[in-house]
Amino acid sequence: MRIALFATCIVDAMYPETAKSTVKILERLGHEVVFPKAQACCGQMHINSGYMSEALPVVENHINAFDTDDYDVAVAPSGSCVASVKHQHPRLAERLGKPELKERAVAVGKRTYELSQLLVDVLGITDAAQQLGSYFPDTITYHPSCHGMRSLQLGDRQLDLLKTVGGINVEILPEADQCCGFGGTFSIKNADVSSAMLEDKVKNICSTGASACAGGDASCLMHIGGGLSRTGAKPKTLHLADILASTMEETVTL
Amino acid sequence: MTQVFLGMPAPGHGNLFEEEPFPQAAHRELGNTQMRKNLRHATHTIRDKRLKVVGELPDWDDLRDSGSAIKNNAMANIEELLLQFEKNFTARGGIVHWARDASEANKIVTELVKATGSTEVVKVKSMATQEIGLNEHLETEGIEAFETDLAELIVQLGHDKPSHILVPAIHKNRTQVRDIFLKEMPGVDPTLTDEPAKLAEAARSHLRKKFLASKVAISGANFALADTGTLGVVESEGNGRMCLTLPETLITVMGIEKVLPQWEDLEVFMQLLPRSSTGERMNPYTSLWTGVTEDDGPQNVHIVLLDNGRTRALSDRFGRTALNCIRCSACMNVCPVYERTGGHAYGSTYPGPIGAILSPLMTGIEAEDNGSLPYASSLCGACYDACPVKINIPEILVHLRGEDVDAKRDTHKLPTQMDLLMKGGSWALGKGKNIGLLEKALPLGRLMAGKNKKIKKLPGIAAGWTQSRDVPAPPNKSFRDWWSDEKESK
Ligand code: SF4
Repeated sequence: MRIALFATCIVDAMYPETAKSTVKILERLGHEVVFPKAQACCGQMHINSGYMSEALPVVENHINAFDTDDYDVAVAPSGSCVASVKHQHPRLAERLGKPELKERAVAVGKRTYELSQLLVDVLGITDAAQQLGSYFPDTITYHPSCHGMRSLQLGDRQLDLLKTVGGINVEILPEADQCCGFGGTFSIKNADVSSAMLEDKVKNICSTGASACAGGDASCLMHIGGGLSRTGAKPKTLHLADILASTMEETVTL
Repeated sequence: MTQVFLGMPAPGHGNLFEEEPFPQAAHRELGNTQMRKNLRHATHTIRDKRLKVVGELPDWDDLRDSGSAIKNNAMANIEELLLQFEKNFTARGGIVHWARDASEANKIVTELVKATGSTEVVKVKSMATQEIGLNEHLETEGIEAFETDLAELIVQLGHDKPSHILVPAIHKNRTQVRDIFLKEMPGVDPTLTDEPAKLAEAARSHLRKKFLASKVAISGANFALADTGTLGVVESEGNGRMCLTLPETLITVMGIEKVLPQWEDLEVFMQLLPRSSTGERMNPYTSLWTGVTEDDGPQNVHIVLLDNGRTRALSDRFGRTALNCIRCSACMNVCPVYERTGGHAYGSTYPGPIGAILSPLMTGIEAEDNGSLPYASSLCGACYDACPVKINIPEILVHLRGEDVDAKRDTHKLPTQMDLLMKGGSWALGKGKNIGLLEKALPLGRLMAGKNKKIKKLPGIAAGWTQSRDVPAPPNKSFRDWWSDEKESK
């Protein structure tokens, strides 16, 4: 398959390793990965902050970049950005009275998958160690990000993949389904409430004794990681893609 | 028959306003550790209960779809349904009044009470009368209103404000309740303990006298059935049943969005409501009444149909499903923001996720500080998941943020930092080329982070981030550049 990588702006700029990991996993499975260079961002930050007219060029750019015949499916290592592409883009187009854009947005959304969705639903991965050679000999816990869990209904796809990584020990996170408090500009507009939510997430992660908290959204992981780092807590954060890409030969270190 | 002209969206008044920006109110409430402990305990208990009883029904999701469809249909035909209800309610001896807003409703109720010669009324727990500030209004008219719902009574005796739509005193624990009773309840047993049974007993004997003596009761309603002209109240304690049956005059104040087409619709809502609100399969008391029944129950039966901004909300095509709300409170029980700030932080009678959309939809986004309410959410979506009528609260929150920004665009003299961030972001993120250009500066960020690879303090609005979180040092090279160098050059 020819798979277009939607890196997402935060991974592109802050966590390039996670995008490289995504490429590695897909290439390991024998697929060809392309990177549409016109891509930038899904526009979620603008939409969620209420800046709809400022969001429009960002969304249009994404749709233009991905509304091509150059690939079969698109994938992003982020539940949140995929949910934005699938749900928010058509809605924004509708709100701004652009039916044609809406149609194209729906078409792009249909072909866009979150990483675990693509791996499990399309590529039939059920055992990461066997099929991807994934190996990570450490104890992790896992935070299911809200948009993946609720907007995309990912269920246990990410967790199940992690559990089948070679050498791994997965400790279940207490109150895992609770939001970490990120919420984009919520974290600065309502910094106090956001911090109170983060505090509980950090406590719960520490209570598992894991060396790292894994997740499928770089933005939530940056938030959680920022809180762990600030409190001097031991656990680090690690993206699902980085753990799946880790192998016996090339093991990811924290 | 006085007819209200539907389709003229006037803003709502009364207790629908956030009086200070939400972040400010939240900051204060977050400091109330006792309240936070009480609320955490209460919300977590009810969450678990709800999940258990909802899990019992294999067709729960279909029920939610039905509830949503019935409500959408009712709202699309609200004018006809209300007129049909009026006709049937009137035919059975009830009297219908129409109130455009809070002050009209207060006036109507006051006149009705005065006409009975009574200076005392008993009340069934009702959101609509909280919304219009009826008790306070009656007080200025020399009429005393006694709340009979246990939690409402606690709030009233404690000179407090409700903080939850189902459990108005959820922010108090039982020791605090005992203290309020000891201080404020006339004739209370001074040896009262904080055992729930004892507290309920104290409230019961306090209220019994009122039930027997009062000639007028005021209630809200959970639904009005258009095809039969029936009103319904769903409750747990039985005090509502007392108020609805003992007095001579019964006045109900109900938001117009509570109308349902037909009796059969109860089948769906009587499954959805108890399970979502108290986490019970069925609530203990469901009272239904259709006009006047000779020699049985109240002989003067009135209903005040209240608009107070509902038509305004209905006219918002992206927000109108907020009116489908059946006031179960599930959304606030699961909300991580509500759990930490409590209901008072939202200002309005309607707190939590539903309040954050309903209040601004009813009053207009520009009213007071209601524009800050739609931002009181991380958009985690727990509310949408829990809502028995599938109101997509996160989507409406985002829509209202858009309304807020648009409303502020024209009035701002100088752009705020957020405006600049968003405008700059629109340029930077609107083209692959532009973000690529900016990413060339990533090494600068590394410089900022220094030796321990952390940025601990950011300026301006971004300081909100570094208040509790570090920023990691950025990489040397973006993925985009790596791709060009490694993949394309090969
Ligand atoms: S919005 Fe939904 S969950 Fe919240 S109170 Fe209304 S019906 Fe219940």
